[in-house]
Amino acid sequence: MLSSPPPLSKRAVVDRYFLEHRAKVLDIAAFLDRFDRAQGEGADDFRVAALRDCCAVLLDGKPDRARRVLELLSDHSTEPIAKAPMKGATGAIDIKTKGGN
Amino acid sequence: MYIDPHVHMVSRTTDDYQRMALAGCVAITEPAFWAGYDRSSPAGFFDYFRQLTDFEPKRAAQFGIRHHTWLCINPKEAEDPVFAKEVIALIPQFLKCETVLGIGEIGLNKNSRNELEILDAHLALAAEHDLLVLVHTPHLEDKLKGTRLIMDAIRNHSKLDPGRVLIDHVEEHTVRPVLERGFWAGMTLYPDTKCTPQRAVDIFEMHGTERLWINSAGDWGNSDPLAVPKAQIEMKARGHTLDSVRKVSFDNPLKFLSQSGRFRIA
Repeated sequence: MLSSPPPLSKRAVVDRYFLEHRAKVLDIAAFLDRFDRAQGEGADDFRVAALRDCCAVLLDGKPDRARRVLELLSDHSTEPIAKAPMKGATGAIDIKTKGGN
Repeated sequence: MYIDPHVHMVSRTTDDYQRMALAGCVAITEPAFWAGYDRSSPAGFFDYFRQLTDFEPKRAAQFGIRHHTWLCINPKEAEDPVFAKEVIALIPQFLKCETVLGIGEIGLNKNSRNELEILDAHLALAAEHDLLVLVHTPHLEDKLKGTRLIMDAIRNHSKLDPGRVLIDHVEEHTVRPVLERGFWAGMTLYPDTKCTPQRAVDIFEMHGTERLWINSAGDWGNSDPLAVPKAQIEMKARGHTLDSVRKVSFDNPLKFLSQSGRFRIA
């Protein structure tokens, strides 16, 4: 087993990763701004709604954020579907059509 | 020194082999996968299997890298069961090749009934020939459900030992159930859609290093054939020991793959 907690101190974690994640937060902020400024259809896109829900998880103060974000974005149904509708994936679940969490 | 146990070199250049060798890669394993388009005939797979078992080992050997492979029809082309079973019927004639380690990467893509039928056919083939199995788990929103369906499907084959099955592309929400059911687990280091090197090291810190490996799954999409050495750097930068780095990037893949009796690093 590796050491747990990790070898880095809290200060060292911040020193090493803060700027990288400052940039990622700005990317999310800019994406949402870009989405708001855009015109036409898509205002109710389930992926953007899912992203907003993920942002709430980040701020709820509870542990295992990465796992919980992935679960929030996952299909929780249990039965195989009749036929694959496409090869790709969208990255989030449309709860209107698939049920979601 | 490291092993990349999942990389699709048919989609990479010879320069990538050179860069991987320079970064310390000594051996790789290459699962059969989707080419980005559907093959028009089983003969297309026959030629692909020849490429995996004949041409790629020679190309890798130019840089001192041992090349091994896994054979299957991937789940993205499993929606036509008749076609898929014709491809599966081609596999046994390639099993005599010394670099074929087992069946892979099989699994699910959209979690459909046809995909499950073809997964089951592959598992039966692996059980019949006592082969290792390398499993692909679905992408993004389909991964959690697909991982559960796959583990249940494997459980239906009592001859398959979970210790000889690696379930790949695990992330924070799937790693624990995979390990708890006795399987090996792989983390794929992708720029966008799977684990970053940082998250992979987080997972090692949270879940330990037993029965867990890392791979690049470098292919024709957004991917990085040097992802494994980058994760090694991440571990070292955080202060993990060289023994720990070696365990996840060399010792663990060596231990799992050696069960085939065919895996070589020199």
